Amino acid sequence: MFDSLSDRFEGIFTRLRSRGKLTEKDIDEIAREIRLALLEADVNVRVVKALIARIKERANGAEVAKSLSPAQQVIKIVHEELVATLGGDARKLSVNPKPPTVVLLAGLQGSGKTTAAAKLARWLERDGKRPLLVGADLQRPAAVEQLKVLGERVGVPVSSTGSDPVEVARNGIDEAIRLGRNFVIVDTAGRLQIDVELMDELRAIRDAVNPDDSLLVVDAMTGQEAVNVAEAFAETVDLTGIVLTKLDGDARGGAALSVKEVTGRPIMFAGVGEKLEDFEPFYPDRMASRILGMGDVLTLIEKAEQAFDAEQAAVATEKLRQGEFTLQDFLEQMRQMRKMGPLQNLVAMLPGVPKELRNADVDEGELARIEAIICSMTMEERSNPTVINGSRRIRIAQGSGTTTQDVNQLLKQFKQVSQMMKQFSRVNKKGKRKLTGLPPGFDPSALGGPGGLKL
Amino acid sequence: MSESLAPIVLIGIFVLAAFLLVLPRIVRSREASRDGGATAAPSRPSTPPPLAEAAPAAATTEVPPELVEEIESIEVVEEAPPDEPPRLRDRIGKTRASFAGLLGVLRRGGKIDAAAWDELEEALLLADVGMTTTQSVVDGVKARAAAAGADADADALPDLLRAEITERLEATATDRSLHHAAEGPTVWLMVGVNGVGKTTTTAKIAKREIADGNKVLLAAADTFRAAAADQLAKWADRLGCALVRGQDGGDPGAVVFDAMDAATARRTDVVIVDTAGRLHTKVNLMRELEKLKRIVERTPGALQEVLLVLDASTGQNGLTQAREFAGAVDITGVVLTKLDGTAKGGVVLAIEDEFQVPVKLVGLGEGADDLVPFDPAEFAAALVE
Repeated sequence: MFDSLSDRFEGIFTRLRSRGKLTEKDIDEIAREIRLALLEADVNVRVVKALIARIKERANGAEVAKSLSPAQQVIKIVHEELVATLGGDARKLSVNPKPPTVVLLAGLQGSGKTTAAAKLARWLERDGKRPLLVGADLQRPAAVEQLKVLGERVGVPVSSTGSDPVEVARNGIDEAIRLGRNFVIVDTAGRLQIDVELMDELRAIRDAVNPDDSLLVVDAMTGQEAVNVAEAFAETVDLTGIVLTKLDGDARGGAALSVKEVTGRPIMFAGVGEKLEDFEPFYPDRMASRILGMGDVLTLIEKAEQAFDAEQAAVATEKLRQGEFTLQDFLEQMRQMRKMGPLQNLVAMLPGVPKELRNADVDEGELARIEAIICSMTMEERSNPTVINGSRRIRIAQGSGTTTQDVNQLLKQFKQVSQMMKQFSRVNKKGKRKLTGLPPGFDPSALGGPGGLKL
Repeated sequence: MSESLAPIVLIGIFVLAAFLLVLPRIVRSREASRDGGATAAPSRPSTPPPLAEAAPAAATTEVPPELVEEIESIEVVEEAPPDEPPRLRDRIGKTRASFAGLLGVLRRGGKIDAAAWDELEEALLLADVGMTTTQSVVDGVKARAAAAGADADADALPDLLRAEITERLEATATDRSLHHAAEGPTVWLMVGVNGVGKTTTTAKIAKREIADGNKVLLAAADTFRAAAADQLAKWADRLGCALVRGQDGGDPGAVVFDAMDAATARRTDVVIVDTAGRLHTKVNLMRELEKLKRIVERTPGALQEVLLVLDASTGQNGLTQAREFAGAVDITGVVLTKLDGTAKGGVVLAIEDEFQVPVKLVGLGEGADDLVPFDPAEFAAALVE
């Protein structure tokens, strides 16, 4: 998502790393580059100005840490400023001691309120809460139907009775009390921040339900306009937080910086995919690391902890080091890995992965095909691929619905990759290289797909 | 190395391993599909093509029985707007916080100085024009200022800017109309990312066509978003035009296929296909879109427009969207929606510059009438005002 921004910074900082000392001129140049990068990433012009001013001031100031080179220092400063701008510490939803707790969602048309409402409901439900969805979008045709379908999918009741949005919202609260639901999520119609009538209506809904949290739903692809929107909504309904949606695209997401800076409200959740489970708390520190191309290892670990069986993983690591890693092991680990989400998202979280790889399109179907091929092998073949001869190859290809070329290619690649991984894990064992990048001498084109990696 | 780091390393390794295994295969299959050319389907598409593409009668799709008769004559005359359709400038003008950046320049008056150029640049950036295009526009205005006399007055700046933008836009295309097929059904495909207003725009275009006396059929090829087809069905009901829809979660290809069938059988003039919103980074979904286009192209000459619907509040990501959708389905035009807010939609300047794809229509609200043809001069004026 923020890749392009990180790439840009990476370019600047590679140059910086090779220098011993920073002059004022260097800092000016860096500031210019950072400004350009932030503008291209749709960060609001005013916000960029403020951010650059702060960075420059600090870079010029006498914050000398002995352990850091000047370049590292700038990186640290930019990182800290981004974290500060993106919201400091993460914040949780407030919980009303006297249930139900009410969460109001508002935003422009098409920012993703209805989807966010359902995702939030699912997230709360997973968290042991008992949410109720209220469909107060009577504007867009079939919006309530959409919410009902989504509610059914996540197993959360949906209430939408009444003739106007205020009444619907109020009835929703009553319904929640009647059903003993302790969270109410009110989905409102999309509205332009300059539409006086609709903004008044939003205020009326707010007054009727007295929300514990009022969240603004913002599309990550929004441009300069994000600032105006956020300001107006903050004024109307006393926002308490932001939900950033469509972060799974390649928008650089400068809107996140802008909105946070202008409203002072934290970004609390991020929508990261089309599925209802693609919803997570927003972590400013992680996001800032990501902007700077430092990878998002924390999220990766968190996901891994949920998906991986620690013991099995340890065994597999050991096998990998010993060079005894088989296709069967690979299959097991791959299955666990796939529980963590789309491969592309995972790769994006790894630090030090070259841009070309990170931006490559990953087709999950290919993973399924690989799985099919391995599943069509016997146990013997999986642990000792050298026994695979011509007729076995044909059988495997037929069994997996692929061609013998596919089987051949998989075997060839597996061999190369497992050798590389072995080397990689050995390097790691010595502790010289932590997970900071690909092993030395790694050349993706050596993997030998026809045409190499011309992406 | 500490033990706690081991699983992390392992995971990293697996992710990379799996990734590297997959990657060359994708490259290959993409090359294959490219080699296959436009006519032949790729030898191995990412998802096996559902049978429905070949079997239109598959039970997944239903054509609503209410073959809506041509009510257009009655309904439309009734609804024919007594007043003029909304104009871009009226709508935009009402709340414009104006071109804030330029105000300072104008207030100061006098000659155009370096500060004025900076403010002009900032103003364009604030309108989402983007760095590259902003630079080039500013250069263009500078040239104009120089031509007008060595020291032009700041007062002249808005006019110079307006002229520059208008000329740029006019250079892209003079014809910004939606094209109709010479004979047989005309098909317009609506594409775009999630939440830009494809369904609403589809309805608005339908309304215009009905008013022009054309027989319109809407194809609800958004089978993914919950109740998207319901939304379009409500519009079809309101507008009194026919609708072809499938099952939620069904194959959009089947919907398009049936719509093409129905269009021929019912002698429909215009078929508007509303597709599901998709982020341009999702390879599978973009391939699905390519498939929908191929299905339409089976009827030669039918596909006249592929319209990218773009939210006016979109920032520089709009450029990427245009690039990706153009690459996948050859967009022929852009519909800029939600321009009734304070968003200025400046990114279309960059899009027209870079891809030579004209903006054809502008959406100005949620009503069925709030759609107007794009007018470069008006847009430029609105941008500068």
